Amino acid sequence: MGEQLIFERSRPGRRAFAQAPLGDSSGTVPDEFRRTDTPILPQVSELQVVRHYTRLSQKNFSIDTHFYPLGSCTMKYNPRICNSLALLPGFAGRHPLGPETHGQGFLSCMHELQEMLMSVTGMKAVSLTPMAGAQGELAGVAMIRAYHVANGQAERDEIIVPDAAHGTNPATATMCGCKAIEIPTDGEGDVDLEALREVVGPNTAGIMLTNPSTLGVFERNIMEIEKIVHDAGGLLYYDGANLNAILGKVRPGDMGFDVIHLNLHKTFSTPHGGGGPGSGAVGVGDRLKPFLPIPVVGKVEEKGEERFHWLTEKDLPQSIGHLSGFMGNAGVLLRAYVYMRLIGKGGMKRIGEFATLNANYLEKRLAQSGFELAFPARRASHEFIVTVKNEAKTLHVNAMDFAKALLDKGFHAPTTYFPLLVPECLLIEPTESETPETLDRFVEALVEIRDEAREDADRVKGAPYTTPVRRLDDVKAARQLDLAWRPD
Amino acid sequence: MPFIPHTEDEVEAMLGEIGADSIDDLFDEIPRELLIEDLVGVPDALSEQEIARLMRTRAAQDRGALCFIGAGAYEHHIPAAVWDITTRGEFYSAYTPYQAEASQGTLQTIYEYQTMMTSLTGMDISNASLYDGASSLAEAALMSVRANRKSKSRRVLLAAGVNHLYQKVATAIAGSQGLTFERLPLDIETGSSDLGSLDSDDEAPVAVVIQLPSFLGTYEQVDKLTDWAHENGALVIAIVNPTTLAVLRSPGDWGELGADIVCGEGQPLGIPLSSGGPYFGIMACKEKIVRQMPGRIVGRTTDLDGKPGFTLTLQAREQHIRRSKSTSNICTNQGLMVTASTIYMSLLGPEGLSRVALTSQQQTAKLVELLVGIDGVEAAFSAPHFHEAVVRLDRPVGPVLDALAERGVLGGYDLSGDFPELGNALLVCATETKIDEDLEVYASALRDVMNA
Repeated sequence: MGEQLIFERSRPGRRAFAQAPLGDSSGTVPDEFRRTDTPILPQVSELQVVRHYTRLSQKNFSIDTHFYPLGSCTMKYNPRICNSLALLPGFAGRHPLGPETHGQGFLSCMHELQEMLMSVTGMKAVSLTPMAGAQGELAGVAMIRAYHVANGQAERDEIIVPDAAHGTNPATATMCGCKAIEIPTDGEGDVDLEALREVVGPNTAGIMLTNPSTLGVFERNIMEIEKIVHDAGGLLYYDGANLNAILGKVRPGDMGFDVIHLNLHKTFSTPHGGGGPGSGAVGVGDRLKPFLPIPVVGKVEEKGEERFHWLTEKDLPQSIGHLSGFMGNAGVLLRAYVYMRLIGKGGMKRIGEFATLNANYLEKRLAQSGFELAFPARRASHEFIVTVKNEAKTLHVNAMDFAKALLDKGFHAPTTYFPLLVPECLLIEPTESETPETLDRFVEALVEIRDEAREDADRVKGAPYTTPVRRLDDVKAARQLDLAWRPD
Repeated sequence: MPFIPHTEDEVEAMLGEIGADSIDDLFDEIPRELLIEDLVGVPDALSEQEIARLMRTRAAQDRGALCFIGAGAYEHHIPAAVWDITTRGEFYSAYTPYQAEASQGTLQTIYEYQTMMTSLTGMDISNASLYDGASSLAEAALMSVRANRKSKSRRVLLAAGVNHLYQKVATAIAGSQGLTFERLPLDIETGSSDLGSLDSDDEAPVAVVIQLPSFLGTYEQVDKLTDWAHENGALVIAIVNPTTLAVLRSPGDWGELGADIVCGEGQPLGIPLSSGGPYFGIMACKEKIVRQMPGRIVGRTTDLDGKPGFTLTLQAREQHIRRSKSTSNICTNQGLMVTASTIYMSLLGPEGLSRVALTSQQQTAKLVELLVGIDGVEAAFSAPHFHEAVVRLDRPVGPVLDALAERGVLGGYDLSGDFPELGNALLVCATETKIDEDLEVYASALRDVMNA
């Protein structure tokens, strides 16, 4: 027996009376449009709802309950105050189409957020509207395309992507009507410069890079890459997934990037929410400023007073346009704003430093414990890769087995099987939030799992045992689609 | 140090273990000339008390007006339990449920959401959400091209009452893949599409998009439009307001065959207005085109012991597997908003949601009745409306709205930009949150302004 579904708790005629308008309504719907069936929504009491979803929540691992070293996801502590201030009635109740006169408080936060993001990225302007990292990527590549088209070079439609890149990079290139051109990585984790020189040319729109890369190392040839791509007439796109590693230390703008997206839900600690909402603000250099997605928040001085207002099509006629119904995930942006003000200038630098310290410490401890590193000659950034290909060969337990066995030890699994070019890999990102004793316990857990595998590999391959369910039949899930409950 | 736990001794010990002299040494692979000293433009840190004070002051600046704006975002009562539970750390601070065994709470919640959403929309399959209503139209249009392989067209035909902002967003997102969006003309008597111009001599579109209730609060001829689309080889995309589906025939029930794809804005289901987001996009479809659907989908299956459980499924459509050949680049969606909306729908149930919908319709009807009693104000259409309606003024709307705002009333959405053919038209909305006294406040403020 699994947990009952909310529908299985339903009884006809039961309801949470306090939660809907009382009394009879004279509201009407024309006959030809009236619904005749009762939609499948549960008929339950308020307590049943509260108990059901509280119990479901307890079946989740989360940052608040477990160490969650998911590589490239930056699962750091999400300060509670960021949430409670974003939900203040004045913010939560503000209609998106309300007049600027009734939004100066909100708009002032957004304007300051734009300014702070410009500062930490070294870019010249910021638009906050993209609703997730992938939409930030879409905005970035669309701006690159718009720039080339405006310069009469519409033939530039090739986006170069290293093989270590997130899947969203090539998928975004396709969505923007471009072709993704993959280039290899060399043995030490840097972009293969010869391969890059071969693919750049008159059709190059740009290159998308994550730096530090998803291999957990800083791209040492970044200035050479910048020169190769710019000399060929292309632009440089910075995927901000790993900005946490270098926050306050190095800025993408100084590396020559023309456009970046930030993952505010990673670097600036807004909640991951079980899969969103994210927020993918974009920053640009001078060349791409005219193409920013709208709206952007502007500021004017009137009679010694600051007034904030929206910049729209009229102000940015070459803009790539609107990417959301209003201005993106405003409530997420407020949370990021609060976080940045709490951290302040000094804290930005400390984030990059301590995220890097934790990763290098954990990497060293695992290496000392006999785990193989993918790039042993390199410094870790804020994350690093362990490969268990030897364990897979000799003990017959693979990366997924380690991941599942970690759940029984009370740790969320690292990212597995990504990046695709390292076999049997665990991509581990501890973040700056974790104590050294947590990192030590994580090392012990991995060592224990390896010891257990030596004793009884099948036992490890059967993990997890302590979670609400054990390994699930994914093949059955995809073949016998059961995507919604229906009454018998 | 805020949110960093290390003591000085620990830092020393960790560096010793690493074999580095200082934290700066850990950055020695970065070209020295790139390292920065100071972040000009970021202020010094505030304490929690200080930031709370600042934010309370700012939030208070934006409060206090009575809001009668709808136009795609709706103020509904949100039960306290919705966000109390949604912001439990186990939901709030979890990630996308890739490790199913450690994410059954989120996964079961999404499965329950998919159940509710498929039933409301009359579709077979719902995904786990997209970003928002506007971008859901872009994804639906792109999906219709993939699903309608027989059609060579990339032209998407919009009914007259489709939200103009949705068209702009869809154009910005899908335009680079060759999709174009055109509109049917508006019948200015009824406020719905003029079907007289439907001409099958033209190249048939790849899809027809119908919003119900329309952006203007009116009813489109959904059955006729749906059948026309299918007869001409086009798919039908419905844009819905989920609250209204408690009482309206679902898109699965439109015409002979029903709509093929349903999208729309999920915000009315327990999500705060919050200046436009985070909201979530609805996306549902018929089973035969599920493999063209973008976004996460949760399926029910069994575990090693035969116990039922939930997992992400049909992932072969997605970017982390298919890369440049995926159905969309979408990765993160709006998980937390889906959790909130599932709790909201559970608390309301079919009866509660229907009461919210009908009470909103009633309050808007009462408001219109009060407003058209004022000199210089008239109802724009002869046809019925749902919980939004258009009134026409005898003067430009913008200055009237400004004057109302000064009196603490946000009077609606000025339609003169999007629908110039309607003249000085104003879109007003009253949900169940507006009691009769609130409607009187609006009417008396408007009377003042019109008589001034």
